[in-house]
Amino acid sequence: MTARVGVVTFPGSLDDGDAARAVRIAGAEPVRLWHGDPGLHGVDAVVLPGGFSYGDYLRCGAIARFAPVMETIVDAARGGLPVLGICNGFQILCEAHLLPGALTRNQHLHFRNRDQILRIEAVGTAWTNAFQPGQEVLIPVKNGEGCYVADPATLDRLEAEGRVVARYLGGNPNGSQRDIAAITNEAGNVVGIMPHPEHAVEALTGPSLDGLGFFTSVLKHLVGAPA
Amino acid sequence: MTTHPDPALREAPAVVPQGGPADDWAHGVDTVPQAVETPDELQPYAELGLRDDEYDRIRHILGRRPTQAELAMYSIMWSEHCSYKSSKVHLRQFGEKAPPSDRLLAGIGENAGVVRVSDELAVTFKVESHNHPSFVEPYQGAATGVGGIVRDILAMGARPVAVMDPLRFGAADHPDTARVLPGVVAGVGGYGNCLGLPNIGGEVVFDPCYQGNPLVNALCLGVLPVDRLQKKEAAGPGNVVVLMGAKTGRDGIGGVSVLASATFDEGSEQRRPSVQVGDPFTEKLLIEACLELYDAELVVGIQDLGGAGLTCALTETAAAAGTGMRVWLERVPLREPSMAPHEILASESQERMLLVVAPDKLEAVLKTAEKWGVLATAIGEVTPPAPDGQPGRLLVTWRDRVVVDVPPGSLVDDGPVYARPMREPADLILLQADRAETLPRPSTPDALRETVLRMIASPNLADKTWVTEQYDRYVLGNTVLAQPEDAGVIRIDERTGLGVALSVDGNGRYARLDPYQGTKLALAEAYRNVAVTGAKPIAVTNCLNFGSPEDPGVMWQFAEAVRGLADGCLELGIPVTGGNVSFYNQTGAAAIHPTPVVGVLGVLDNVADRVPMGFVPRPGGDHDQLFLLGETHVELSGSEWAWVTHEHLGGIPPQVDLARERQLADLLAAAARVGHLTSAHDLSDGGLAQSLVESCLRRGIGVRVVLPEHFAGGSMPFVFLFSESAGRALVSVPRGHEKAFTALCAEHGVPWEFIGVTDPAGGALEVHDQFRIGLDELRGAHTATLPRLFGGEETAQVAVEATRTGTATVLPATAEQPVDVDPDAVAAEPIARAGAADGGATTEGQPDATAPAAAEAGPESADADNAAETGDVPVEAAAAPVADPASDDVDAPEAAPTSTEAGPDGSATATGDPDQPAAPDQR
Repeated sequence: MTARVGVVTFPGSLDDGDAARAVRIAGAEPVRLWHGDPGLHGVDAVVLPGGFSYGDYLRCGAIARFAPVMETIVDAARGGLPVLGICNGFQILCEAHLLPGALTRNQHLHFRNRDQILRIEAVGTAWTNAFQPGQEVLIPVKNGEGCYVADPATLDRLEAEGRVVARYLGGNPNGSQRDIAAITNEAGNVVGIMPHPEHAVEALTGPSLDGLGFFTSVLKHLVGAPA
Repeated sequence: MTTHPDPALREAPAVVPQGGPADDWAHGVDTVPQAVETPDELQPYAELGLRDDEYDRIRHILGRRPTQAELAMYSIMWSEHCSYKSSKVHLRQFGEKAPPSDRLLAGIGENAGVVRVSDELAVTFKVESHNHPSFVEPYQGAATGVGGIVRDILAMGARPVAVMDPLRFGAADHPDTARVLPGVVAGVGGYGNCLGLPNIGGEVVFDPCYQGNPLVNALCLGVLPVDRLQKKEAAGPGNVVVLMGAKTGRDGIGGVSVLASATFDEGSEQRRPSVQVGDPFTEKLLIEACLELYDAELVVGIQDLGGAGLTCALTETAAAAGTGMRVWLERVPLREPSMAPHEILASESQERMLLVVAPDKLEAVLKTAEKWGVLATAIGEVTPPAPDGQPGRLLVTWRDRVVVDVPPGSLVDDGPVYARPMREPADLILLQADRAETLPRPSTPDALRETVLRMIASPNLADKTWVTEQYDRYVLGNTVLAQPEDAGVIRIDERTGLGVALSVDGNGRYARLDPYQGTKLALAEAYRNVAVTGAKPIAVTNCLNFGSPEDPGVMWQFAEAVRGLADGCLELGIPVTGGNVSFYNQTGAAAIHPTPVVGVLGVLDNVADRVPMGFVPRPGGDHDQLFLLGETHVELSGSEWAWVTHEHLGGIPPQVDLARERQLADLLAAAARVGHLTSAHDLSDGGLAQSLVESCLRRGIGVRVVLPEHFAGGSMPFVFLFSESAGRALVSVPRGHEKAFTALCAEHGVPWEFIGVTDPAGGALEVHDQFRIGLDELRGAHTATLPRLFGGEETAQVAVEATRTGTATVLPATAEQPVDVDPDAVAAEPIARAGAADGGATTEGQPDATAPAAAEAGPESADADNAAETGDVPVEAAAAPVADPASDDVDAPEAAPTSTEAGPDGSATATGDPDQPAAPDQR
């Protein structure tokens, strides 16, 4: 049976269509979820897409975390539902305390869009099991507030527990501490990533096909996951 | 007649109108009955920008003096910005000279032109200026410029899918540029990024003429199913008029008539409150809500609120339908409850749309708006035309008082039209006589090398990554090509691969030297930029940025530019679908260079066939053959080189032959279709040198270039590299395709010249017998300029597509095509000089004296494959003389030290300096 992967649309979500396309290209069925509807409609995994939810005029993701759908997602994530937060989705996951730390304004204060090399460091998560440890991938980054920060103890713990999922290589685009591009929770089912794997899934429109691995990973994870 | 200063308006009228709430300030509201009773009340029409005769005309139309609200409405609707009163008489040519087109679904006069691109799909695109607000408040000015053009596109029924931004600033190192540019770029990015629209291209140009008057133009592209095209008519009496979107505030009041039509002087800081403030989040919701309404067929008519706000939307929708309208102004949701009626009518608060809705659909409309969290309010209704068949009237009440009672058409269609005096600027003849072709040129290899490095680092030619990486180019997932490519390419149908290519171009220097030719050159460049991607150009939009129309010199420039664009479009066979005029771009008496910015849209049946601008790595490290298409003349006037190295502006701009441009475009499309091209790059500012460097740096591929015979010696290598002759492109052709490609060139009548090979392993730009510059040195020079000027880390990245070693695959962004790899030939081939098939010209292939014998690995080596691929082009076709008499004229400089050149007027002047060969052919 085809896996069903939910993609949430908040007001101001922008990459929701792209996330749904990536899910489809990876071989799963995208299911569009609406911020105001707490129902998850039987999805096997959820993607929180990029964008500017509620305009992000307050702290990014600060309002989205209170959306009705988020209450359900937070509970389900604690129960093991695979959740991938991309860019704004990562910010929302931090605001919802599913992931530690915060994403702040890029150090250079500009929005930055470039093709970024990442090193995948944790391949045990629901969203990165298709990669090799240390694999380098090329994925677009585009954000204004993607500078990952946390207190030193948290950073040390993330490192010690192997929860730094990906790091920037060849230049840190936003000043993130320890070049962190993506992290996961303790269980490895929730991943937040600042760059945009959904924009590296087609030869025609992306710099590589490397982003597809995130979406095929979750399918692999679901097949192996206990029912 | 004299006028009162503003405070006069606030004096309580002698007669307080009956009825209405009794709050004190409301008594100051001027009503229609009051206007009738106080015909001699002095009104500040001159301060609002209306002339005596215009004011008299308003009184004549109304049969009384206008109310305060009416006066505000007429003043903004009859301003230059809204009424096009100075430009109208000229713009008619776009319609009169329009080539026939069965693609045009909506044209000039609509919010944006709409062009059919397939049986099911249409696209709409338009470019508009937001120059003045962007000087006063760069961030918000630029942001709302994007917001405004996006709503124009939305109003046509389209989903906005991409934006572009042609920007012009003062000198790059001027302190005020450091204030304006970062703000404008952040504003364009801040709004577009938050809206989820990829930014796929534009321009960043520096010139001192824009110092006090930057040009911020914004283009938006939208896609719609052909049957979703929306109208702006407020049809159907009884239908409800709904205002949807943001609340109305005091921002932008008078923005149109004060800001958009006044030149800058010392007082401009005080006008800051007139600049609107953007809220892209609300606009995003507005887009989604509108699209849902269109798909559910819930609206009869729709119009965006832009310049002149509610005034413009109410009058235009009613006038378009010939109906009347009844509006209850107090129903408009306000940000500031103390706003007076004329302020509500004039407010340019952003993110608002006016809908006309059948009464039985109103509930569904309000529900959709609520779903998206957007305010929607019924503020009026459509009323029938007069019983005698005359159009209806716009009746606006505010708390039961009639504040406006006008024929809507009188504001929209009956505005003043002026045939302003025009005169060729007195200095033009002297300017044109001061030719850049007489300037000293570099003539040694070292000087040439230094010139290349200096030119690619100059602000106009330098890498623009500092700007473009502040824009999201990926969102929506359909961006196939984006800046720094020649044109942006967007896939509009994932199923079929159908896509469009878009480019916007302008060159103020060329237009200053000759506005007619300069405009044609802008058109030609945009057309060519679209063509090099393999797309077929089909439609044109434009933004005409000029000084004050009250200056006869400026008006002449404008008229010449419009004539040039209209003639050019006729020659190219593609219609102007819409555009925008921005006058009064000047500081004090100094006008900007006339700056027509032209956008060309092309269609690609399958975006997978698009051709990128940069050289691409080939399997096995194979070399592609480089061809220069078109003819290079000694054309340096108005060039980037003349400006950068001599601060010189004079002479006549390069000649433009649109028939040739058309042939070139046809050739490129045909060659792209059959996979002859691995890259194609337009030649324009900075000439061949710039194109070579950009194509090399895109993916870090070096080249070895050989100078054609007739460009060897003296300063001719310089001319070859830096002349800005139009109608040229640099293409790379996979080995094995040369013969068929050159045959195709001959077939299309396009002169070609083999100029070298790509050299993936070489890591340098090498011009044989001249110089060699490593790619790292080129990159360093090319990319350092903008970060140095505007700040940023030392690690400023290059506009090179990132590559890296690793386990994952990097896909070269190249068109897929069959390649013949011959390992032996590759190994043995330092430089292959293909024989030119141009039988009649001096460009025929002489084996380069320095090229080893392995150069035979030229076109002949792959005849069989070529024939199969190109539909069997006979060899004779390739050898047939190119139908190009002019190529005979390409001078060998040493042999022809004196040549005669004809000026544009047909007069001939002789130049006799052997070191300064004259333009060989200025037809």
